[in-house]
Amino acid sequence: MASNKKYWKSEAELNPNDSIVEALRNNEFTEEIPVDEFLGDKENLSSSNTSRRDFLKYVGFSTAAATVAACEGPVHKSIPYVVQPDNIVPGVANYYATTIADGFDFASILVKTREGRPIKIENNTDAKVNGGANARVQASVLTLYDSKRVQGPMANGEPVEWKVLDATVKAKLNALKGSNKQVVLLTQTYASPSTTKLISEFKAAYGDNVNHVVYDAISEDAALNAYSKAYGERALADYDFEKAELIVSFGADFLGDWQGGGYDSGYAKGRVPKNGKMSRHVQLESNMSLTGANADKRYPMTPTQQKIALAKLYGKLNGSSVGGGTSDVDEAVDRVAAEIKKAGSKAVVVSGLNDENAQTVVLAINKLLASEAFDPEKPKYVRQGDAAKVSKLIADMNAGRVGALIMDGVNPAYTLPNAEEFLSGLEQVDVSVDFAYTNDETAQASNYVAAASHYLESWGDAQFKKGEYSLMQPAIRELFDTKQFQTALLTWMGVEKTYYEYIKETWSADILQGGSWNKALQDGVYVAPAMMVEDGEATTTQVDSEEEQPEIVPIASAVRSLVNATSSGTELVLYSKVGMGDGRQANNPWLQEFPDPISRVSWDNYVTVSKADAESWGLENTIEADGGVNGSYVKLTVDGKVLENVPVIIQPGQAVGTVGLSFGYGKKAGMQEEMATGVNAYTLYSNFSDVQSVTVEKLGGEHEFACIQSHKTLMGRGDIIKETTLEIFNTKDHEEWNPMPHVSLNHNEIPVTSPDADLWEEFDRSIGHHFNLSIDLNACTGCGACVIACHAENNVPVVGKREMRRSRDMHWLRIDRYYSSEETFEEDNEKKEEMEGLWGDKGSLGGFREMEDPSANPQVAFQPVMCQHCNHAPCETVCPVAATSHSRQGQNHMAYNRCVGTRYCANNCPYKVRRFNWFLYSNNDEFDFNMNNDLGKMVINPDVNVRSRGVMEKCSMCIQMTQKTILDAKRDGRVIKDGEFQTACSAACSSGAMVFGDINDHDSKVAELKEDDRMYHLLEHVGTKPNVFYHVKVRNTNEA
Amino acid sequence: MKKVLYRHLFSKVLGLTLLLFSTSFYAQEEAEATTDAAAEQTAEAVGGDPVKGKQLFNQNCAACHALDRKMTGPALANVETRLAEDEGLDKEWIYAWVKNSPGVISSGDAYANKIYDEYNQAAMTPFPTLSNQDIDDILAYTAAPPPAPAATTAATPAGESTGSSSGISNEMILGALALVFGLLVIMLILVNKTLRRIAEANGVVLEKEKEKRLPIWKAFAQNQFLVLVSVVFLLLASAYFAYGYLMQVGVDQGYAPVQPIHFSHKIHAGDNNVDCKYCHSSARVSKTSGIPSLNVCMNCHKSIYEYAGNPEGPSAEDLANGYTNDFYTGEIKKLYKAVGWDEENQSYTGETQPVEWVRIHNLPDFAYFNHSQHVSVAGVECQTCHGPVEEMEIMYQHAPLTMGWCINCHRETNVKVQGNEYYEAIHEELSKKYGVEELTAAMMGGLECGKCHY
Repeated sequence: MASNKKYWKSEAELNPNDSIVEALRNNEFTEEIPVDEFLGDKENLSSSNTSRRDFLKYVGFSTAAATVAACEGPVHKSIPYVVQPDNIVPGVANYYATTIADGFDFASILVKTREGRPIKIENNTDAKVNGGANARVQASVLTLYDSKRVQGPMANGEPVEWKVLDATVKAKLNALKGSNKQVVLLTQTYASPSTTKLISEFKAAYGDNVNHVVYDAISEDAALNAYSKAYGERALADYDFEKAELIVSFGADFLGDWQGGGYDSGYAKGRVPKNGKMSRHVQLESNMSLTGANADKRYPMTPTQQKIALAKLYGKLNGSSVGGGTSDVDEAVDRVAAEIKKAGSKAVVVSGLNDENAQTVVLAINKLLASEAFDPEKPKYVRQGDAAKVSKLIADMNAGRVGALIMDGVNPAYTLPNAEEFLSGLEQVDVSVDFAYTNDETAQASNYVAAASHYLESWGDAQFKKGEYSLMQPAIRELFDTKQFQTALLTWMGVEKTYYEYIKETWSADILQGGSWNKALQDGVYVAPAMMVEDGEATTTQVDSEEEQPEIVPIASAVRSLVNATSSGTELVLYSKVGMGDGRQANNPWLQEFPDPISRVSWDNYVTVSKADAESWGLENTIEADGGVNGSYVKLTVDGKVLENVPVIIQPGQAVGTVGLSFGYGKKAGMQEEMATGVNAYTLYSNFSDVQSVTVEKLGGEHEFACIQSHKTLMGRGDIIKETTLEIFNTKDHEEWNPMPHVSLNHNEIPVTSPDADLWEEFDRSIGHHFNLSIDLNACTGCGACVIACHAENNVPVVGKREMRRSRDMHWLRIDRYYSSEETFEEDNEKKEEMEGLWGDKGSLGGFREMEDPSANPQVAFQPVMCQHCNHAPCETVCPVAATSHSRQGQNHMAYNRCVGTRYCANNCPYKVRRFNWFLYSNNDEFDFNMNNDLGKMVINPDVNVRSRGVMEKCSMCIQMTQKTILDAKRDGRVIKDGEFQTACSAACSSGAMVFGDINDHDSKVAELKEDDRMYHLLEHVGTKPNVFYHVKVRNTNEA
Repeated sequence: MKKVLYRHLFSKVLGLTLLLFSTSFYAQEEAEATTDAAAEQTAEAVGGDPVKGKQLFNQNCAACHALDRKMTGPALANVETRLAEDEGLDKEWIYAWVKNSPGVISSGDAYANKIYDEYNQAAMTPFPTLSNQDIDDILAYTAAPPPAPAATTAATPAGESTGSSSGISNEMILGALALVFGLLVIMLILVNKTLRRIAEANGVVLEKEKEKRLPIWKAFAQNQFLVLVSVVFLLLASAYFAYGYLMQVGVDQGYAPVQPIHFSHKIHAGDNNVDCKYCHSSARVSKTSGIPSLNVCMNCHKSIYEYAGNPEGPSAEDLANGYTNDFYTGEIKKLYKAVGWDEENQSYTGETQPVEWVRIHNLPDFAYFNHSQHVSVAGVECQTCHGPVEEMEIMYQHAPLTMGWCINCHRETNVKVQGNEYYEAIHEELSKKYGVEELTAAMMGGLECGKCHY
C-alpha cells in the first residue's frame, strides 16, 4: 500500500494509556448502556402506579384511536394566486443574479427562488471576481428568514411608523445644517459606486459637517494604509494565485477571509498537477488556518517571528543586509528566499500581518519580484474601514461633537473593543439611528432602530475590483416593514426616486457606457472594457510618477522596525472562522452547526493552544465515553481586559508561544438563546490589532464541546486518504503510489476490481446515464461551502449542540480532516517499516507515539465524504424491508416511506455516511431551529422530503437535480450536454474539486477524470465499487 | 364528511326541482314567446333583420357589448333610438362610428370623444367590413327589447320544507310492503292450522318423523375435516376482506368535496371544449398542474357574465340538481367577488379574496409526481388519470392514486420515444438489449424507488 502512514484525528488518540480512545476505535459505546438502572430496580418497578396491564391497555387504546383517526383524510386547501405573476410558474424555480455585499462577504451569486421564495444560493459562474459563494454566503439565505429580525422601525424600543422616523431624522438633519456638530454616517464597507455617489450627494445636501466613516469589524487597516501610501488609493492589491508557482504566505489566511477572501478558486487551479507541475505553497503562521492546512510546507511561527522573517526575507531578496532580530527564523528564511529566487516572477508573497510596515514590505517584495500573480493596478475595494477615523469618531462622540449618528451594517457595541466608550459616547449624541437587522447591542442603545432589509430584498451595486462591477437585485419583496439604508437616504434628501432608479441612472451615466442595463442585470456582473483600459493606464501613470522616489526611504524604516519587533509573553492571535466570519450571521443555525474545518468543533469558539504550552499550563482535552470532547477552561487577560471561562482546544500545529481565538461568537443581543454561544473575542481586539499580548490562566471545570472529530472513525481501516509527493508522482508508475488493492482467490493475488473477486453479478449500467462524482483532494481546500449547500438543497435538519456532541449530526456531507505526522512522506514510511512488535525501541506502540508527537508540525488533509453510492452496496443487502436499493443510474436510493429504522444499513456501511433521525426535527420545540417556525420553513426545498423520526437518511446524489436535468432535456427533446448534471456540492465547489457527471457520456469531464492515474476509490479493497471517486493528493515537496 | 352531506342535499334538491319543474318550464316558454313577438314588431319598423342581426352581433360585438349592461363598451339596447333622442345623432353617424371609430374621434366629434373618454380611452375596433345593411340588421336586433330573465328564480331557495317528501313516501311504501308481507305470513299460518284441524277431524294421520336423525350441525361438528376446511375458509375470507378494507384506507377514489365555487368542468371542458391546458397551463412545464389563478378565469369571464346554458334551456337532469342558469350566473358572481371585479364600472376594485379550493388529488409528500413528464414528454391525455373530466359536473378523484396503480401503468405503457432526441441513443441500446422495438417505462428504470421517492 502506498501509505502506511497512520492518520489520527485528535491529539487524545495518541495517548496509548487512554483506554477510552482504544475502546472507541472498536466500539460505538465504551460503556455498557445502563439498562439495569431502570430495569434492575424491582422495587421501583413494582411500586409504580401503572401496571403492565394498564400500560398495555393504554397502548392498545391509543393505537386503535390513532388507526380510527387515520381513516379520515384531512381536508387540504389549494389557494391559487388571484393574479399570477407572469414569470412565476408554480413548481418551477427561477434564478436571479445578484450580489452579496454585507460588509464582510462580497460575492456575485445566483439566487434560486421557488414560488417567489429564495431557497438557495449558487455560484455565479459568469463572474470573474468573487464568483464563488463561501459557506457563509451559502447560508445567508437562511438569515433572510431569521425569526429574530427587526420587523419594523422602532423609536426607543417602541414601534413607530417610517413616516415618523423619516420626519424626525429630516428635522434633525436640517437643524444640524451648518452647525458645528457633526452628522456622521457610520457604515460597513459597501464597495458600491452608487452608494458612494449617494453619500457624496447627501453630504452636499446637508453641509460640510456630514462625515462618512467606514468601519470594518475585522480591520484590514494596515494593508489599506500600506497600499494607499504606495499607490495613492485606499484599496487592496489583488492576487491571482493561479499564475503563481510559488506562494509564500506570512500568516495570510487567503483561503479564509484574508482581505475579503475569494482567492480559493484561483489557488485551487494551480494546485492540481498538470504536465507534472503544480504550485508550491509555503505558509508561515501561528494559528493552524485553513490556508496553512493546505500548504506544502508550513512553518509555525509567532507573529513576531513572522515579522522578523519577513524583514530578513526582504533583505535577502534585495541583497541588502538586515541586521538585528532573533536568529531562530534564519533557517526558514534562507530556504524560503532560495525558493523565491528560483521562482522569480512566478513567486508571490502575501501577508496577513495587521502591520503597516509588514504590508509595505510585502508590496515592495512583489514589486521587486515583478510577480505575475500580483495585481496592484486593478485593486479590490472589499475592505475600506478606517480604524483611525473610527477612533476619532468615538472621541468626538464622547466630547459631544456629534449631533446625529446614522449607522448601517455595523454593530459597534458588539464589535468594538472599547464598546463601553462607544455606548457612553452614543448617549452624548442627539439622535442616533441604527439600520439594524436584528435588535442587537447597538440597536438597543440607539434612539431609532431603522429596520434594515436583507440583501435579498434590496437593490444595490458593487465594484469588488476596479472595473469589475456587479448588481444586486431583490429576489423577494421585503418580508417586513423594512427599508434599506440607501432608500432612506434618498427620502431624507427629499429625492423622489427609488434607489433602483438611482442605480440605473448612475450606471447609465458612469458605468455602462453604452452597455445594456438589462443584460448587466441579468448577468449580475458587468465589465466595461473601454473604461477598464483607460482607467488602468491612468492609474499606472499616476502611480509611477508618484511612487518612484519616496519608495526607498519608508521601506528601509519599515524593514528596520519589523526586524526589531519584540513580544512580551504569549501572543494571542485573533482570527475569523470559516463558519462564523465576523459574527453578523451568528443567529444562523446552519453556520452554528457547521463544524470548523480544522478543529471539527461546532457551536463554539475556543482558544487554540499548542501541545507544549498546554502541558506547561496544565490544560487538556479529554475524550468522554460518548465520544464527546471536553476541554479545560482558561482566563485570558489582555491589557487588563479579562475573558473568563474560555474553553481550550489543543491545536496541533499551533506555534508555541501563541494562542488563537476566533471572532464572531459571544453575541447575546438579538439572538436566540441556543445560538448565543462562545465568548466575544472583540473585547480583546484593542487598537484593531489581531495580535495581542496575553496571559493565560487555568480555571477549574471542563467544557463540553460539540466536536465531531472523534466520531465516525473508520474503525482503523486504512487507505482512506492516499497521498504522494510531486516527485514520486512525476517519476514513478502509478502502481507505486496509487496501487490497486489485491485479494486472494485460490491463493492467487488478483486485483479487487476483477470480476472474479465479486460475489455479485454485475448489473449492466452501460445504457442511459451513470453518474459519478469526482473529488480531487488536491483542489479541495476544505472550505465547507458544499456542506452548507447540501444543507440548503436537501433540507438537512439542524440538531443542536447537545445532539452534535452525541455524534447525531445529520450532515449528509462531511469533510474529514486528517493530521499526519512527518513533514515528508518517506520519513513516516521508513519509521513505520522499521517497526517490530508492540513494545521496545522499535515497537509500534511507542513508535506511533513518537511519530505523532502533536507538538510537531502536522500535515493536514481534507476529504469530503458523502454516500459513496456503491454499485455493490453493503447497506442494501442488510435492509430487511428493501428501503434502500441501487439504480441503473448509479445512485443508491433511499425510500424514506419504506424505512422502518432498523439501522442495519448504517451498521453495515463502511463509510459511515448514513444518518438516523433520532427525533422529529421539524415542528418540535425541542429543536427550535429554522424548521420550527413558519419563517424559517420558507427556506425548505419543496422538491425534497422533510424526513420524520425513525427514518434513515443519506446523500441521494441530489437525485432531484439529476432528474430535473433529465426531464428538462426530455421536454426540449435534446441530448444532455456535459456539465448540465450537477449536485448541490459540485455546483457549490468554486475550487473545482468536485466534478459531477455521466460517465456513460465518454466525452464528459468526469469520464476523463475517472481514467486518470490519480483516481482511487475509498476503501477499494472492500469491493463496494463506489460511484464516488477521489484523486490522490499530491504534495509539492520539491524544495529549491 | 362533506361529501355525504352533499349527497343528502343533492337528493333534496332533486326532489324539490322535480316538483317545481313544470311551472318554471311554462313560465320560460311564455317569456320567450313575448320577446320573439316584440322583436318581429320592431324589425319591421327599422328595416333590418333581427335574426341576422343577432348572428352578426354575437360574432362581432358581443365580446365588448351587451344589450342591457355596460361592458367594455356601453349597453346597446335601443341604441339607435337613444342616440337619436338624447344626442340627436342619426344613423349615418352610427355607420361612420362602426366603420371607423378612431376617425370619428379624431374628427373632433363631441359625443364620440365623450364616449371615448368615458370608457377609459379604449377605442372601439373599426369594422370597415360591415355593410350598412349589416349595421341595420344589428340595430334591428338591438332595438328588440332584451329578453327578460327566465322566471326560474324560485328554483334554488324555495323551501327545503317540501323537499323531503320523496324520502318519506319511500319509507311508507316499504312499510306497507312489510305489512302486507306480515299479513300473508299470518294468513298462511292460520290456513295451515285450519287444515291440520280439518285433517285431524277427518282422521287423516299425518306422517310423523320416523327416527330422529342426527341434527345437521352436530354432524358437521363431528366431521373434523369439514370443520377444519370451513375454519380455514372463514379465516381466509375474513383476511381477504380485512385486507381489502385496510387497503382502501387513505384511498380517496371518488372524493368529490364541495367547492367554494361550483365550477363545472362539464360546461367548460365538455360543452365549450376549453382545452385542459388553457387553464392548467403549468402542467406542460411544471410538476404541478396548477390551479388556474383568477385572472385566467377573467380572460373569458370579463365578457361571459352570465350563463346562458344550451339553447333548449337546462336539461331535466340539471334542473333536478338545481343547476339552473341563474345558479351558474350566481357562481360567476362569486368569481367576480373573489377577483374584485366591479361589473357596473367594468373595472377591478383591488379588493380580492383568494378562493380556497378544496384539494381533490392529494399525493403524499414522499411521492414525487411531475405533470410535465407525463403531459409534455409522454403525451398522456389528462383523462387517463383524471377520468372523463369533460363529463364531470362536480370534479372527483377518478383514479385510486395508489402506488400499485402508478406501477401498473409504468409496466404497461410504452414510452413515446419518437421524435425525441433525448431518447434516441437510449432507445437504440435498450431495444437491442431487450430485443423489442417498444419500451415500457419500467424498462427505462421507471420502477426504481428513487425515481419518485426522494
